[in-house]
Amino acid sequence: MARVCIQTTDFDLSKEADALRLEDGGVGAVVAFVGTVREHSSGAAVSAMELEHYPGMTEAAIEAMVEAALARFDIRAAKVIHRVGRLEARDQIVLVLVTSAHRGQAFQACEFLMDYLKTQAPFWKKEHTPDGAHWVDARVADDEALARWGISGGNAA
Amino acid sequence: MTVTVKLRFFASLREKLGEGEALELPEGSTVAAARMALQARGGVHAEALAPGRAVRSALNQKMCTESALLSDGDELAFFPPVTGG
Repeated sequence: MARVCIQTTDFDLSKEADALRLEDGGVGAVVAFVGTVREHSSGAAVSAMELEHYPGMTEAAIEAMVEAALARFDIRAAKVIHRVGRLEARDQIVLVLVTSAHRGQAFQACEFLMDYLKTQAPFWKKEHTPDGAHWVDARVADDEALARWGISGGNAA
Repeated sequence: MTVTVKLRFFASLREKLGEGEALELPEGSTVAAARMALQARGGVHAEALAPGRAVRSALNQKMCTESALLSDGDELAFFPPVTGG
């Protein structure tokens, strides 16, 4: 089963979680993060969003992040699904799943992967609002979140 | 001697500059030199890649700094800071 999927189609959290945990009897914890499209951003209504990626590089970058998570935390497996293309408000954008024997490491690895992904994976978001469409700016707060893990990203700054 | 790299642009840079083209540079050129050569074209290139603008780069699909050295046949991408997740 592929550990990293970049796709236009939606995903099913239960199905993905079951697939990951049922292949390994050593799993005692499954932690999932799901990111969704907010219908407001900085006060403006957002009707839809477009996500662009760098085919090839995006998959390889996330594969390397999963490798880093497996090396750093005592986890059993991880899976990342990130959608691209046009998404509507309330749609699911990203899924990060981590399995481990005990919950602590899975919680940490899931947050680590999300922090890494926000600042180092080549994805770009364009929001559609009543005032027109605009590209979303990178946030310094996301770099700071990654810095907690001792990794200096320097994406936004 | 020269090197030819394949340019790629993404997101707002792609909208302004297109998908990318081949760029010929003197041997020993860095990513910074490529960016400056594009700026020197003026117009949208000068504006989109201006020194003060946040532009990130990747060489052969790996994030790189602007001091990275270019080789013939490299794929060089320029894009804004990433905003996934």
